[in-house]
Amino acid sequence: MNHRVVPATEFAQSISPARPGTSGLDRRDFLKFLGGGLVICLAHTSAWAQESGRAFGGHELPKELDAWLHIGADGQVKVFTGKVEVGQNIRTSLAQLVAEELRVPFEAITMVMGDTDLTPWDMGTFGSRTTPTMGPQLRTMAAAARQMLLEVAAERWHVAPASLTAAEGKVTDPENARSLTYGELTRGEKLVKTVSIEESLTPAPEWKIAGTAVPKAEGRDFVTGKHKYPSDIYLPEMMFGAVLRPDGFNATLASLDTGAAEKLPGVKVVHDGDFIGLVAPDAFTAQHALSAIQARWNVPAQPSNQGLFAYLKDNPESGRDESPQHVSGSVAQAMPNVGLKLEEQYTVAYIAHAPLEPRAAVAEWTDGKLAVWTGTQRPFGVRDELMQAFHLPAAQVRVIQPEMGSGYGGKHTGEAAIEAARLAKAVGKPVKVVWTRSEEFTWAYLRPAGLIEIKAGARRDGTLVAWEHHNYNPGPSGIGTPYNVANQLIQYHAAKSPLRQGSYRGLASTANHFARESHMDGMAHVAGMDPLEFRLKNLADLRLQAVFQAAAAKFGWGRLKSSPDRGFGLAGGVDKGGYVATCAEVQIEPGSKKVLIRRVVQAWDCGAIVNPDGLRNQLTGAIVQGIGGALFERILFANGRILNPHFAQYRVPRFSDTPQVEIVLVDRKDLPSAGAGETGLVGLAPAVGNAIFAASGIRLRNMPMAPQSGVPGEPDPSLQS
Amino acid sequence: MGDFVLNVNGAQLRVSAPAEETLLSVLRNRLSLTGTKYGCGEGQCGACTVLLDGRAIRSCLVSVESAANAKIVTTEGLEQNGQLTAVQQAFLDEGAFQCGYCTSGMILGATSLLREQHNPTEKQIVEAMEGHICRCGTYPRIVEAVKRASRLLAQVASR
Repeated sequence: MNHRVVPATEFAQSISPARPGTSGLDRRDFLKFLGGGLVICLAHTSAWAQESGRAFGGHELPKELDAWLHIGADGQVKVFTGKVEVGQNIRTSLAQLVAEELRVPFEAITMVMGDTDLTPWDMGTFGSRTTPTMGPQLRTMAAAARQMLLEVAAERWHVAPASLTAAEGKVTDPENARSLTYGELTRGEKLVKTVSIEESLTPAPEWKIAGTAVPKAEGRDFVTGKHKYPSDIYLPEMMFGAVLRPDGFNATLASLDTGAAEKLPGVKVVHDGDFIGLVAPDAFTAQHALSAIQARWNVPAQPSNQGLFAYLKDNPESGRDESPQHVSGSVAQAMPNVGLKLEEQYTVAYIAHAPLEPRAAVAEWTDGKLAVWTGTQRPFGVRDELMQAFHLPAAQVRVIQPEMGSGYGGKHTGEAAIEAARLAKAVGKPVKVVWTRSEEFTWAYLRPAGLIEIKAGARRDGTLVAWEHHNYNPGPSGIGTPYNVANQLIQYHAAKSPLRQGSYRGLASTANHFARESHMDGMAHVAGMDPLEFRLKNLADLRLQAVFQAAAAKFGWGRLKSSPDRGFGLAGGVDKGGYVATCAEVQIEPGSKKVLIRRVVQAWDCGAIVNPDGLRNQLTGAIVQGIGGALFERILFANGRILNPHFAQYRVPRFSDTPQVEIVLVDRKDLPSAGAGETGLVGLAPAVGNAIFAASGIRLRNMPMAPQSGVPGEPDPSLQS
Repeated sequence: MGDFVLNVNGAQLRVSAPAEETLLSVLRNRLSLTGTKYGCGEGQCGACTVLLDGRAIRSCLVSVESAANAKIVTTEGLEQNGQLTAVQQAFLDEGAFQCGYCTSGMILGATSLLREQHNPTEKQIVEAMEGHICRCGTYPRIVEAVKRASRLLAQVASR
């Protein structure tokens, strides 16, 4: 061996990157630092404020600092947005939209995202809002910049702007055979333009960069391990933190002895009110010290999985709005006269997001200013939490979101950021906190569990007449039926949740679609009609019809006949601007009744497609993630404790659970682009449930449908005749 | 605390750590090799996979002491002179990741598989990779990436 033996510290320094971001640099400094070039700011119209939520809580930035786009003297374009990349590919798709409007190569664009000092305020990355709101906003900025560059060139050459063209980062004067790059046009001068939203944008049929399968930006960093996730951030002199968790929810501390922990080298315990944490020079010692703390807790008796759904129905959130989401006609008057009726209850369990990277944060205090690198979908929301926790003005808090090991709606909050900041403040050094897997399962928040009751009536020819839908706890997202029904009563009932709950990819749309589309299947059965035929008979929405037909055609619906060991089902819906239809083929093993999803065909329409490759990846991921909640994911809990906070006990979809997936994209270039991160999830569970019914005659109305892997229950007696 | 010399990516690295500290913790927190990820700490998710003498292992289940005499390869050690390995290139070409947090573990798991089985069937890929979790649900593309890597390696071998 002739390898040089390198001390670890030297090695670490030689490969660790420069301090991430530019700590201590505020936005004003940053714009100076950008130097000459074209800065595009936004003029705030009231309509725009409403749409983008910019009027929220006085977050509007001084106009001159509100830069969205900068074109440097080298022609490089920096785009600023408070949205964050979490694997949904918006770093790439937004850059495509900007490149398209600005007429520059994709490679000329650098996206600066999710940094509260550098990017304009943003509510957060959720609700499939990036593509429909941030997309047009950035396109507007880019179109304005292009127009301004044309005007600058026209002035310089004393010609009319309309005689010039912009392409490939250059303005060209075809008549006089001359051109200038954008960098040459802006060099040396600081050009600031404030634009309104009324810019004409390039229609999707003319797109050359947007609408194409551009590979993921910086993809190489993800296959080489170079990309730094929040939990990878390292600062000089950084300490490692850990937080003592109670034995259960709503627990009170009975006794505490931190003596043994404090004897460990370099360990400092921080006890402040309810907060008990510590820091150590290394991660191993931090966990070791944490386990050396002796604490006893009093945990009160609390609800468990047993009786959960009755609990949710019987415990309304105080002061909840009891007015229905939607009423038309009268269900009560219509129901007695219908020829066909069906009334059922559906349930969904609490499930965890379980992002593979748990919550993580690194906090550093410099001269009273706090900087935190953390994994969150809402950097500005976390900044607000930190401002509140430490009584600081916005200018004294900076939150930076390095692209993270995803979130799926589970990282809206700043728990780890506050913990790291608290510990860093106490010890006067930067501190990193990374939650363990079991902390993430226990102390984050969950997708709401809930009960949905549906009562429906139809004429004997299969025409829907009445639809009543009550949702206890999951939420109102996707609650309205897309089918034509004259008499409707649709209502969400907020409930007191025994467990901490919050956002999740698709929100309640998955629960509402599971109930509605399972019930539609049941109604089709009662009516003696083919499930697709029954849906189309009651559907006027042409886009939803189109995806149903596209999915059915690709799947071979109608040619495929279910048998006891193989079933075919479908489901669909519309939410957040996305139209989805999902066909599923399931195999049920004889004897064990084990369910295997063999094939899924999903048709999708979200208007004009920005990146078909990224879209296919998202939709496939939504289907695979949906398998977990559909078949086996569920949080088990009792008396304030999560009983399965480990991957060994909480089963998530794996390779062997994954069916053959076929995606059919309906590209509507004539329509605005909608988001695609969420609604692709909602068809899977009901399609699978309907396929299981088609094979076995067993209607499964509880998600997860097969937590023990086999199909539970007995066939519907009405099928035995 | 003990002093250990680890052979990581061809370099001999001296590190002081408790003998029972996991290889994962030492790589990430003492050697700043953060390409290897923490996902569960219990050998359930595969995010922390590294090669130990050429075979994929879960670095969260191995102590630094027991890794001290082995050749360790992490994601940072795959690329040679700017040249990606066939498996890395295949993952990139297939777009076989979304958030990418599982990717280094997946790539090392696939690297180990392809060393033992040059031309695996889909069933063999699924079985070999079953211990790796991708919460973004990119499994179909990962299977395609492993197949593509297998073809790339066969091309190189036949040259």
